[in-house]
Amino acid sequence: MSPPDRRPVAILGGNRIPFARRDREYAGASNQDMLTAALDGLVSRFGLQGERVGEVAAGGVLKRSRDFNLTRECVLGSALSPDTPAYEVQQACGTGLETTIHVANKIALGQIESGIAGGVDTTSDAPIELNEDLRRLLLDLNRTRSTTGRLGLVRRLRPGQVVPALPRNEEPRTGLSMGEHQAISTKRWGIGRAEQDEIAVESHRRLAAAYERGFFDDLITPFLGLERDGNLRPDASIEKLAKLNPVFGDGAGATMTAGNSTPLTDGAAVVLLSSEEWAAEHSLPVLAHLVDAETGAVDFVHGDDGLLEAPLFAVPRLLDRNALGLQDFDFYELHEAFASQVLMTMKAWEDPAFCSERLGRDEPFGSIDRGKLNVTGSSLAAGHPFGATGGRIVGTLAKLLTERGSGRGLISICAAGGMGVAAILEREA
Amino acid sequence: MSPDRYQSLANSAFGGAVTKRLGLPKPPLLERHEPGKPLVSAPVALGAARGGRLEEPVREVLRGLDAHVETDVGSVDGRGELAALLFDASGIDDSVRLRSLYEFFHPLIRALRPSGRVLVLAAPPEDSAGVRGATAQRAIEGFVRTVAKEIGRNGSTAQLVQVTSGAEGAMESTLRFLLSARSAYVDGQVIRIESGHLATPADWDRPLEGRTAAVTGAARGIGEAIAETLADQGAEVLCIDVPTAGEGLSEVANRIGGTSLTLDITGSGAPAALADHIRGRHGRIDVFVHNAGITRDKTLARMSPEAWDAVLDVNLSSQERLNDALLGDGLLGEGGRIISVSSVSGIAGNRGQANYATSKAGIIGMVNALAPVLRERRATANAVAPGFIETAMTAAMPVTAREAGRRTSSLVQGGLPVDVAETIAWLASPASGGVNGNVVRVCGQALVGA
Repeated sequence: MSPPDRRPVAILGGNRIPFARRDREYAGASNQDMLTAALDGLVSRFGLQGERVGEVAAGGVLKRSRDFNLTRECVLGSALSPDTPAYEVQQACGTGLETTIHVANKIALGQIESGIAGGVDTTSDAPIELNEDLRRLLLDLNRTRSTTGRLGLVRRLRPGQVVPALPRNEEPRTGLSMGEHQAISTKRWGIGRAEQDEIAVESHRRLAAAYERGFFDDLITPFLGLERDGNLRPDASIEKLAKLNPVFGDGAGATMTAGNSTPLTDGAAVVLLSSEEWAAEHSLPVLAHLVDAETGAVDFVHGDDGLLEAPLFAVPRLLDRNALGLQDFDFYELHEAFASQVLMTMKAWEDPAFCSERLGRDEPFGSIDRGKLNVTGSSLAAGHPFGATGGRIVGTLAKLLTERGSGRGLISICAAGGMGVAAILEREA
Repeated sequence: MSPDRYQSLANSAFGGAVTKRLGLPKPPLLERHEPGKPLVSAPVALGAARGGRLEEPVREVLRGLDAHVETDVGSVDGRGELAALLFDASGIDDSVRLRSLYEFFHPLIRALRPSGRVLVLAAPPEDSAGVRGATAQRAIEGFVRTVAKEIGRNGSTAQLVQVTSGAEGAMESTLRFLLSARSAYVDGQVIRIESGHLATPADWDRPLEGRTAAVTGAARGIGEAIAETLADQGAEVLCIDVPTAGEGLSEVANRIGGTSLTLDITGSGAPAALADHIRGRHGRIDVFVHNAGITRDKTLARMSPEAWDAVLDVNLSSQERLNDALLGDGLLGEGGRIISVSSVSGIAGNRGQANYATSKAGIIGMVNALAPVLRERRATANAVAPGFIETAMTAAMPVTAREAGRRTSSLVQGGLPVDVAETIAWLASPASGGVNGNVVRVCGQALVGA
């Protein structure tokens, strides 16, 4: 459906390191270590040593200030040519897919022939900042010239100022964590506990099965001794999950547990994109094409929409633009930030009232066949290092389409800040 | 630092004095290939038994090497003057004429310098005319193996190269390999050369330029060295290993400028996946090195069926299935090479390795049977059989077993992974088309399984 002056964008493959739970295998690894490892794994699979790639776009959400040029530093530390430019994008959980869109657009416009997109995040090697009072004091001290003035400032030092500022998993404008936000949506959409646990169990079961059949053999490179996602519980069951206490929401209506919400994780993922010509020159088979993408946002601060509800609107816009219906897909990759987010999304698209009032449609947007949803598991099982999730999903979906031979896949990722990113991948017969 | 501490000690000033006084062996420091060094750095002596057909072709190769051939061997009286002694014994057609070996080598053997080379060129006994000719040609093997044992303490090696009639022009890659430091740990071997499909490389230091090679088990150890050496000699290398070894595999591939493929070669889909990968990414493969192997040691009575199955499947059956895919789909190009890593255990047997020795002996049968099939396709199949090679696996052995492994060879030491790799690179060369169906040991002439 691309206008004729846009070139097709090929997805050639992906590589990620297994995702680790916070403070486990990657406790000592920095964002730079992980992203470099993911890049080097990709380079080795595709023989890109010394290759000048058009650009590398990647980002992380939890980042230290000294990593101001993180992605470029990773390129310099990788086996890629040092002549490869790089930049960062930060769009919360949408980062990895947003970078893919950026690189794809440059390829489509003919500005570059090849590019690598992805992201990384560490919740273990987190950026701890100076106490805000102390930071202001030190800045004032730096600006003050006179000795007496400086002495006056030094007298403002207080023991409490040694307490550092820790990164917070909460929305700056509401003070609520992502889980607390989603708990509100979960309640509003009437999503039950059992169906959430079911989604979580299915995610673990499918991810484990995909590992067993070697699906990830060419998508994952082990790192620091970790060979599979540390969060994966192949033996997860409804009974075990039912025993967990809710962690988000209040009172009897609270349904969101540590089992049906994603844990804090560390990891990195990247994908290789190119023009058709570049792929052919390098004898690299094209797995799929990135057809189109849409990023949206909702006013979760003042409006009626929940923090993670932007995809509810972005996906219909994307499909309408491409004259596609929700049924026109063979695979659906709905990022499992929380089981309830996935369930809420599907419920909204089936809901005549929502579809009419909020989407302006005469008919409901449609249903999703569960057999085509997250068929090799998703974030509940794999984990969700914020910046890395987009790269994980793009690589996975491209391979699923390759296995199927042809078909179309939909990606939907909700993000903090009331945002959402969606994309369509396609493989022609 | 050398993994062999005793060798370092025995070669130090103080340690050497002590070990000598105690009557302990002194493992020689083997010369190994260094880029830029001449292949033959001292004069060589070349002799022949009357009626031979190999002296002239050998002289031709030596000329190409810029080797100085000592014509007045009578003037050689000192020690350590000669880099190599070469003798064409193909003319010996009767046991009484074996004396020419004695006459050539007896006065010169002391003149061989450390890490020197003895090469005897002969004919395959079964090709010789008459019973007496075959008897005499077969007798040469005992002579060469003994010379190897006598000069091993100097780091020198001796080999017998049997050249079939008509294959006189197919010797160059083999002579270059055996004369050079690249063959440091190959000793006491009998190598058969037949006429085959050859291509002379433009650059003998990079004979694999423009060729694509695949190595299984390439993430570490011997496989890593094979991948590195093939890349050094110009090949584009596809490094293959199991998914769990992906991190090391990726490092190796990136270091040598190759590509990585994570694949469990025992999987039912592996042959098709490999064929697809080669077809899509490379079009064809010129050199396939079956290196991946595992051990699950237990004496037969204690061995579990799983241990038997796993070793046979990884070490042998999976190779057969991959070969079928490579040959069935025509992915192994003209001039192709299949090289399999066997083991001295496969030749001699080894206590506690019924599964492993069976698999490694099977490899010998496999390359013997494949050789005529590949000859039809102007390709070759060969095996190398490493002896004691210093790897992470041998470093973890009990000290007595490790020391026994190291010292019970003519070179009194273990080999290095690069020694196996260099041997494989020689077999992989487009100029080695005359070497087919050979099993070459890389064992420093280990005492077992001779």
